[in-house]
This record gives sequence, C-alpha cells and structure tokens, in this order.
Amino acid sequence: MGYTITEKILLAHTDLKDIAPGQLINARVDIALGNDITAPIAIREFRAAGGKKVFNREKIALVLDHFTPNKDISSAQQCKAVREFAVEQGIVHFYEGGQVGVEHALLPEKGIVLPGDLVIGADSHTCTYGALGAFATGVGSTDLAAAMLEGELWFKVPASIKFIIFGKLQKWVSGKDLILHIIGRIGVDGALYQAMEFTGETISSLPMADRLSMANMAIEAGAKNGIFPPDEITAEYVKPRAKRPCKFYSSDPDAVYAEVMEIDASKLEPQVAFPHLPSNVRGISDVGQVRIDQSLIGSCTNGRIEDLRVAAQILKSRKAAPHVRLIVVPATPLIYRQALEEGLLDIFMEAQAIISPPSCGACLGGHLGILAEGERAVATTNRNFVGRMGHPQSEVYLASPAVAAASAVLGRLASPDEL
Amino acid sequence: MIFRGKVWKFGDNIDTDAIIPARYLNTSDPAELAKHCMEDADPAFMSKMKPGDIIIGGENFGCGSSREHAPIAIKAAGISCVGAKSFARIFYRNSFNMGLPIFESRLLVDAISQGDEIEIDSVKGAITVCGSGEVFAISPIPPFMEKLIADGGLMKHLARK
Repeated sequence: MGYTITEKILLAHTDLKDIAPGQLINARVDIALGNDITAPIAIREFRAAGGKKVFNREKIALVLDHFTPNKDISSAQQCKAVREFAVEQGIVHFYEGGQVGVEHALLPEKGIVLPGDLVIGADSHTCTYGALGAFATGVGSTDLAAAMLEGELWFKVPASIKFIIFGKLQKWVSGKDLILHIIGRIGVDGALYQAMEFTGETISSLPMADRLSMANMAIEAGAKNGIFPPDEITAEYVKPRAKRPCKFYSSDPDAVYAEVMEIDASKLEPQVAFPHLPSNVRGISDVGQVRIDQSLIGSCTNGRIEDLRVAAQILKSRKAAPHVRLIVVPATPLIYRQALEEGLLDIFMEAQAIISPPSCGACLGGHLGILAEGERAVATTNRNFVGRMGHPQSEVYLASPAVAAASAVLGRLASPDEL
Repeated sequence: MIFRGKVWKFGDNIDTDAIIPARYLNTSDPAELAKHCMEDADPAFMSKMKPGDIIIGGENFGCGSSREHAPIAIKAAGISCVGAKSFARIFYRNSFNMGLPIFESRLLVDAISQGDEIEIDSVKGAITVCGSGEVFAISPIPPFMEKLIADGGLMKHLARK
C-alpha cells in the first residue's frame, strides 16, 4: 500500500518504519512559528515548564505582524515580551518594524519554509505552506511552547481527501475562487481533521501565488493541512530563495484516500462568500445588489504582488466610489517595494486607496480598518465570521482581488466584467 | 472526574472569534479574557452563566483561529467542560493542552436543551441527563492523553518528563 505526500512527509520526520491515518506519532519539527498574539503565551508556557534554551534558534520564526505597528499599549507590551525573548534566545528568524511582513507571505518569500518541511505555527493559517509541498499545520500556543523546547510534537496522522481539478480557468478566476468554491461545496467542516491534496491539470499550471491562496484556506474547511505536490513551478519559486536543502515528495499511485473529488473548473465564475461563513459561497452573477462601505485588498490569503497587479489592472485610471474606503495592504516590505517600483502604488493612490503598512490588523478586526455597526466590507481575506472585522453587526464578503477592486469602483459587489 | 452543571446550548460552527473576539487579544490575561467569553455569540453570556456550568455546541465547535485564548477564556470563566457534536481540530488540541475537559457526543447534543442539568463522568465515559435520567456513552480518553491531563496539561507533562 502506497503513501500520500502528507503521510510521507510525516513519516520522514519520525523514526518509524510505517505510518497510517489515525495513528498518533511524535515527529520532528523543521520550523516553529509564533506571532505577537500567540507567542507571548507560548513564551510564558516555555518558561513555566523550566525552559532555558530553545531546541534550535535557527528553526524558530517569531513575526510581530498582527497588532503592529503597535495599536495600543497592551499590544506594545506583547511585542516587547516577544522581542526580549527573541534577543535572549538569539532567534534567527525574528521580524518586526520595517522588516516585518504578514507571516504566511513572509516565510515562503524568504525561503524559511521549504518543500518537504514539517512546519507548525501558532496561527491557524500556517497551512499556507502546503502550497510548497510542505506539511504545515496550525497549533495553539502551548504546542508552540512544546515545539520550541523539544523540537518535536505529537500529531494524529490525517487521512487525505484528493481534489482532482481540471479545465481552463476563465478570465478573472483565480486560486481564491477555486478554494471558495471547494469550501462552498464541502462546508466549513468538510475536511475536518483531514489533509486536502490538490492535483489535476488546472493545478499543474496554477501559479505559486494562487496555490498559496488555496492552501491558506484549507483550515476554512476544517482541514489539518492543504498540500500541493511540488513540481516545476515549485522548483522555480524555491530555487532563488532556499538557503538549505529541501526535498520534493509525491503521493504514490496506490496511495489510499478517504475521498476523491473531481472538479470541473472551466465553468467557474468569480466566487463570493457571504456572511457569516466562508462556505456561504455564491457565483458573482448571483450576488444581487450588495452595497459596500469598505474594500480590503491584502492579507495572508491575497496580499502578494500578483494580487496587487490584478487589483491595479482593474483600478488603473479609475477611482473608488466616494462612499467606499479602499484599503490596500502589501503583505511584506518586498511586495511593498515591488509595488512601488512597478507603479502600482501610483495607481492605487490615484484610485484614492489607503495604502497600509504590512499588517494582519484589518483582517481580524484588530486595527487599520475596523467596521462600524451595519457596515459591509468586501475583503480578499479568509474569514467572515460575526464580528471578524469589527462590530458584531458588520458584514464581511470574501472574494478575490479582482472582485474586491471592481467592487470598490462600483461601490457594490461586482465583477470586473461590469466595468 | 465528575462534572455536574447547567447546559448553555449553542449552534453549529461556533468560531473562536465568537468565543473570544480578536479585539480583546491585546492581552493573554485569563481573567481579562474571561470577561468577554462567548461575547459575539451571546453578549449577555457572562452575566447569566455560573461557575461549573457546561457549554454545549453543535458541529465544528471552535473553528477558525488557533488562538489558545479561546479555551483559556472558557476555562477562566468557570465553565467546567465543553461538549459538542464535533470540534475543530486546533481547538480540540488546545483544550487538552490547557486542561479544559471536552467531549463529543452527537446523540447527547440532540437530546438535551438549554437549561438542562447534566452530569459527566469522564472515568466511566458516561453522561447523565439529570432530569430524564437518560445516559449517553462517550469515548474513553486514550492512556497517553490521560497521563497528559493528569500531569496538568502538556507543558507540566513535559516538565515532569
């Protein structure tokens, strides 16, 4: 019996001879990640357990990206606690200030996470790195503390669901639309405890930015991880970034799946997830008249340079509707600079957008773009739960950068084709 | 362990933003977090509940963010344990790691109502609905997890090792 890519990566990080779904294993961790919200608890737990030194200062990433630039005194205190720990422990991958980016955009960009890695992060969207062919999963702060101490952690081996996606994507349809469509079909617990493996002809030509958007939202279907078998597109992405060896794993032809789902992507139109669940998905032609107050383009799902290019293409020589606050958040300093050099920031400013520093703030209702009672936002983010971006009576509609940009111009949920 | 308390029943897909909204995550102080427990699911929850009470959810309880602040807020609010038809996996992990007892039972969740009193015997693996006397079985906790809980959570377990 063969193995899936998820099983192979997990097995390679143990001393076991074989592995099966449902099995509880201890596995070695290549990278352990924390941020300014989750790391303070992990550090407290680390010290309470008598921790003196982290297992390996090169294998821990601490990224102060959520409530930064510090939104208030409490947030500043949390960042200070993480900074002091990072300095004391000599953490190599510590990012703050002008070097900080949204963690799940930053770590792949810098080559910190690589194909074949086992990555845990005290952030649910750690599953993003599955786009590179890594096993990556979100955990809590206590798990991060244990991993920082021991360099290993317990896991339950997940069964896998295989998605075979075929057909050529239509104009304005992206990885974001694909994953929203899938979540709409299987539900927010459709892949609970399981791995989502994405394959098929649509996937083999899908750019890395789209793969990162898709893997990012695997958690929104309840999955433990999302994973793309690495290929030439992966190799091209990783080659200029990797500073250590990495390994490309692939699923065996006789690997066992809990379920196989085939999806014809050729007829898919841009998708929008209505409040208050990411599974509440409709095609753009079925959205009706939904007036919006804010359009947010950014986040770990869609704040990459490719996303900003699509948005700029639509916003060029246009302006956001007078009642819409358009907020663009380049996810990392490098993306910010690229957007500047490519003239995208000019286009956004002409469109009367607010250009935010890299931050997770607006996506989770922290700061830099909070909604008032009754307000509606279209956002390229990943969650639209009650109160996610502000007041409990505000609403979030999840969409691609193309739809968010077109909606900003027209002041309502809209397809770029309407412009 | 035996827990007996009044049931506060919630629906499917109670997410961690509803359990503890991100706007309160600029602290990890359990007492502060407890003040806002379940706020976006039921704004009056903290004024109604009593220590020892039990939260019952539907499918996929605790979905969304990995924030450990969610089980911390529930535990610090005085909730003795959480039951649901199913749990989101990170919340499930976090609860064990924090020492917040949780259990899964689809039959029980369908059979009980808001305000019922239930008794959970985690050793026997049985839940009794006090009013009707009806008993529901829950899966036993595996031995290694029992040890982890007995040691007081993951980190105390590691410290002991």
